Amino acid sequence: MIIGAGVVGAACAYYAGRAGLTVAVVDRGPVAGGTTGAGEGNLLVSDKGAGAELDLALWSAGLWRELAEVLPERIEYEAKGGLVVAPDETTLKALRTFADGQRAAGVHAVEVGAGELRELEPHLAPGPAGGFHYPQDSQVQPAQAAARLLAASGAEVYLGEEVTGFLLERGAVRGVRTGRRELRAPAVVNAAGTWGGRIAELAGVELPVLPRRGFVLVTEPLPRVVRHKVYAADYIADVASGSAALQSSAVVEGTPSGPVLIGATRERVGFDRSLSVEALRRLAVQAAALFPVLADVRVLRAYHGFRPYLPDHLPAIGADPRVPGLLHACGHEGAGIGLAPATGQLIAAALTCAETPLDPHPFRPDRFGPDRFGPDGSGPDGSGTAATR
Amino acid sequence: MPTSPSDRGADPVDLAVVGAGPAGLAAAVTAAGLGLRVTVLDAGERPGGQYYRHPAPGLGAARPETLHHGWAAFARREAALRAHESAGRITYLPSHHVWTVVPDGGRWTLHAVAGPEERAAAVRARAVLLATGAHERQLPFPGWTLPGVVGAGGAQAMLKSGLVLPGRRVVVAGSGPLLLAVAGSLAAAGARVPAVVEAASYTGYAGRAPALLRNPGKIGEAATYGGALLRHRVRLLTRHAVTEAHGTGRVEAVTVARLDRDWRPLPGTARRIPCDALAVGHGLVPQLELATGLGCATVRAADGTIALELDARQRTSVPGIWSAGETGGIGGAELALAEGELAARAIAGAAAPAALVRRRARLRAFAAAMGAAHRPGAGWTGWLRDDTEVCRCEEVPAGCVREAVEDLGAGDVRTVKLLTRAGMGWCQGRMCGPAVAALAGEGASSPGGAAPDRRPLSCPVPLRHLAELPATDG
Repeated sequence: MIIGAGVVGAACAYYAGRAGLTVAVVDRGPVAGGTTGAGEGNLLVSDKGAGAELDLALWSAGLWRELAEVLPERIEYEAKGGLVVAPDETTLKALRTFADGQRAAGVHAVEVGAGELRELEPHLAPGPAGGFHYPQDSQVQPAQAAARLLAASGAEVYLGEEVTGFLLERGAVRGVRTGRRELRAPAVVNAAGTWGGRIAELAGVELPVLPRRGFVLVTEPLPRVVRHKVYAADYIADVASGSAALQSSAVVEGTPSGPVLIGATRERVGFDRSLSVEALRRLAVQAAALFPVLADVRVLRAYHGFRPYLPDHLPAIGADPRVPGLLHACGHEGAGIGLAPATGQLIAAALTCAETPLDPHPFRPDRFGPDRFGPDGSGPDGSGTAATR
Repeated sequence: MPTSPSDRGADPVDLAVVGAGPAGLAAAVTAAGLGLRVTVLDAGERPGGQYYRHPAPGLGAARPETLHHGWAAFARREAALRAHESAGRITYLPSHHVWTVVPDGGRWTLHAVAGPEERAAAVRARAVLLATGAHERQLPFPGWTLPGVVGAGGAQAMLKSGLVLPGRRVVVAGSGPLLLAVAGSLAAAGARVPAVVEAASYTGYAGRAPALLRNPGKIGEAATYGGALLRHRVRLLTRHAVTEAHGTGRVEAVTVARLDRDWRPLPGTARRIPCDALAVGHGLVPQLELATGLGCATVRAADGTIALELDARQRTSVPGIWSAGETGGIGGAELALAEGELAARAIAGAAAPAALVRRRARLRAFAAAMGAAHRPGAGWTGWLRDDTEVCRCEEVPAGCVREAVEDLGAGDVRTVKLLTRAGMGWCQGRMCGPAVAALAGEGASSPGGAAPDRRPLSCPVPLRHLAELPATDG
């Protein structure tokens, strides 16, 4: 039984089904109704420093390539490659060190000089000292990807049904209760994304998932002016930061249907759905700085989503030793689309006691003790522990 | 480049009115008359909104009032607007598309795209009245994208502002009282109208007699249309619909079929009517982007559309934000005038005259009765073929939407949009929204609150406007 019909829940259903298990998925909303539907569909290795998350991302990148072969074309899988731009020599030097670590883990990172940058992206503003090209960075249409994975999983699907409680027997999970019925299962996977903390609470355990809001601007359809996923090097620092304040660094990319997407802001403001004009302003300033041609295009839409943020920026994946029968697969922050297949594999392996090519220990869900993290989820120094990126 | 007439640092005005149609205009002149400093921002070039349309000046039309009901009521308020403007009590900003309203330290800031050169403009205000009106409800059918197929409201607008006819032989179809008015205007202007094809049954009014009887003026209006149609020998087909438009390059004929109670076309009843234009419309849909962007609560109105939840004094659920006219449920120009005036009085802290309150209640009841009678039946999607384009901007056919709903687990407009791109194009779902909602099965069973997808930008905004906004602390 999987709670959550986002991309992570769909991937768990897909791989659990392939491992021979009978699977059901329940969600209070429609498919891809939460953070999946608000994402850009990034499958990135470039923004992750050497460590457990990068290993998970690399494994996932390979799985997405396989999935693109079997799922319908509508998921719009595109190995477009990422381009990280360094404004000055100092940043470029830091980027080199960062890339060395990534290469050791198996990432293809190619340094490109200022002239080559313009060849890769002709509309890029002049001035950057250089950058790195990451051919493994890819993209899918996230809602399609989730819906097609779910459809291919063969799982029974209950949409529009909110889980209101767990069925427990002698302290072990035996299923869930929804507004309409009881769904019995010997194992329940919490794939509720940003709302995973609430599901954990229903089962009587704490999992400090917090929403980290992000805005995206969508332009009018344009001919291909942006070819890769292009972002400034300070994006990497923003991703790894634990600060609650608004941070912004433009990530600019074209889409097969024409519009250019401009992300990404990060701020912890709870589930606040109001428009932040300041967030839009910063995105616009930074996007126009990277691609001056964008200053004169029209923005058609802006939307926001809530990334499921865990204090150490790693997802919670695997069995929860505190409640037998409960597993977690949530807290992927802004990388859920990219990390979904490997997460699904880890969950399927945990359910069938199979071996995995990756040590799941860093993702264990009970790693957050109330003593280690304050009530707002921040680390003892108030900034979180971001060093593991 | 001219500078913005309203610098951000300037003192806030007492009231910003968005929209200069009947509701906004009535509110602005009432509020200014009660001593408030008012700024009116309107997307149009001249006051009047979608309803009161001036013929383009070059046409030399001497008597626009012949095409309008209540032109005098409008002319009076337009004159008052000009007088207040010269006295400095009202700042009137035409060609200003407001794209968002944001809270700003107990005040409100309205951001707009101004003029053909697309300048950035901002206005600060203590209170905001949203009088953003409505747009036409379109239900697609095979062939609806052919040239010669126009909106019924659009045909009326063409006639009012350009004095041009969409064709010489024009079928008028859809549902709602506007069809009779449009057919009457077209016939009076010289077009042949072979049929008015109305999907609802006028016997649907029978159960709502009290609301109708309390509105003798409205019945008189209908009688006028009926008389005009008789005079021009226009045939009225009720419980019928145009289920397909035919033609190569341009509409040449339409198929008309009889409907059951749920608007399902009945097999064996189809027949062709030759024509060179089709004016089609299914009533109006409140335009709520700014209001829902602010988080204003909504309700489902009798006609099936989503409208704002307003109290007796026209307040939305967000303190400081008011609304009047079609945003609170489609009700027509007369109601919009009354509500605009009521809202302005409430904002100025003045009492509401009892007669005005009664008039609003009477007209609202009438609007609800009409809305219920013309609410589209669930069976209309039966005339959509899988290859019928539903979203014109993104070219999404009905079959694609059906697949998303039946095979992929989409049960609402937002998810259909995410999966198919329907509603992601230039019009941002204004055109296809009602059709997609019906195909997704949304609305039929949800009595209220089914909030439309939030759209933080209510119209396209040049990126450099966003970049040039004053910086604030995140």
